[in-house]
Amino acid sequence: MTIFDKFRGIEHRLEELKALGGRNPFDVIIERPLSSTAGIIEGRETLLFGTNNYLGLSQSPRAIEAACETVRARGVGTTGSRIANGTQSLHQQLERRIADFFGQTHCMVFSTGYQANLGMISTLAGKEDYLLLDADSHASIYDASRLGHAQVIRFRHNDPEDLHKRLRRLDGTPGSKLVVVEGVYSMTGNVVPMAEMAAVKRETGATLLVDEAHSFGVLGPTGRGVAEAAGVEKDVDFIVGTFSKSLGTVGGYCVSNHPELNLVRLHCRPYMFTASLPPEVIAATIAALEDMQAHPELRSRLMDNAARFHAGLNTLGLTTGKTVSPVVAVVLDTIPEAIALWNRLLTLGLYVNLSLPPATPDHHPLLRCSVMATHTPDQIDRAIEIFSDAVNSLKTEALPI
Amino acid sequence: MSETVQDVSTLIISKLLANPKVPRDITGSSKIVEDLAFDSLAVMNFVMEIEDELDVSVPLDRLAEIRTIDDLASCIVSLKKGT
Repeated sequence: MTIFDKFRGIEHRLEELKALGGRNPFDVIIERPLSSTAGIIEGRETLLFGTNNYLGLSQSPRAIEAACETVRARGVGTTGSRIANGTQSLHQQLERRIADFFGQTHCMVFSTGYQANLGMISTLAGKEDYLLLDADSHASIYDASRLGHAQVIRFRHNDPEDLHKRLRRLDGTPGSKLVVVEGVYSMTGNVVPMAEMAAVKRETGATLLVDEAHSFGVLGPTGRGVAEAAGVEKDVDFIVGTFSKSLGTVGGYCVSNHPELNLVRLHCRPYMFTASLPPEVIAATIAALEDMQAHPELRSRLMDNAARFHAGLNTLGLTTGKTVSPVVAVVLDTIPEAIALWNRLLTLGLYVNLSLPPATPDHHPLLRCSVMATHTPDQIDRAIEIFSDAVNSLKTEALPI
Repeated sequence: MSETVQDVSTLIISKLLANPKVPRDITGSSKIVEDLAFDSLAVMNFVMEIEDELDVSVPLDRLAEIRTIDDLASCIVSLKKGT
């Protein structure tokens, strides 16, 4: 018996996955990005359809320049916590810019999006409180529920009535009720019915936190996310998000009109006990935000591309979620089927994410694709063609599909 | 009406047996993870069905203490009594 025995199960499963498809699906290396939409994988030029880089801003010339200038002027890191030596004028500037962008008064910037959820949710919902989570919540939200001390109740995915029922059961119990939803669910691309969720919040007096990780820069007339798109921003108490998707850098944030957000800074362990973002990342993030605001056409191009890709996959007879969003998940029945198709796609020059249960809802494996504003129509059509070739070749070889 | 642990346990077993993958010989002392081969997600989803049936919410932190079907039934009965 050793301390590593608990990992034998995953070791065995990994061997099975490798035996099914030849590759370790969790060890794909992008040797070099060629642009926001293509990179070298296994020595071949590969189309990238699984990077969450929705607006292509990881390669923004303005952000690259800002990072280079800043790193020369300020060095490569802060070497400290936000509440000690890790807050520079740039951190404050970014917080101001993000708060202004959302039209909110306060903002906290975290070192990652994961830590923003982990920190805000575990800190806001205290021992006497209740945390109500969508059943398909991201791991960062579930982890927050374990770091905090609140009682945790799951409601059915994207089901405002079920949330209402569960809040009603808590009528008369002391303690605040914090409801957490996501704008776009990362695995399936499902969009939250935000207006209905906001109505439940108004009727029950709960506190509402929305994770806009996959909807920031993507949904809403100015890219503020799903709450803006649904016209219910005033009902949202806290918006959490990340810079590592539409802005192409790394880091997380929470914005709010509650002035008490500044007190959260002194209670929030994932904010206090970690090093702050390096200055060049902050500068690149500010530049990427400026790019996003200066180019609203990126959002319309992204949605056009998402619609083109979604329709193309459906025409091939593949099952995807119904809603068109930049996350397009192809739903498969079995793991061998998913492994075979994912491997074939990569061999043919298309990278997508392989998502396996129990990290996926309903025990279905998914080939999770993310579309970008910078994909050209030709690249979208080529990706659909690769899907078609992969499915057909697997059928011909009588492999599972 | 107030259900007993036995009532709730019987209800849980009948719900479980509706799933053809669940072994036919389960009893109140069957262990949910080991004997039924449920992973964490399957346990949470199954508990959601029972919650609807009995109009009760089982907080996730309470689930961590539950090993057998009877444990789950006792937990639900105590939640319904408000303890």
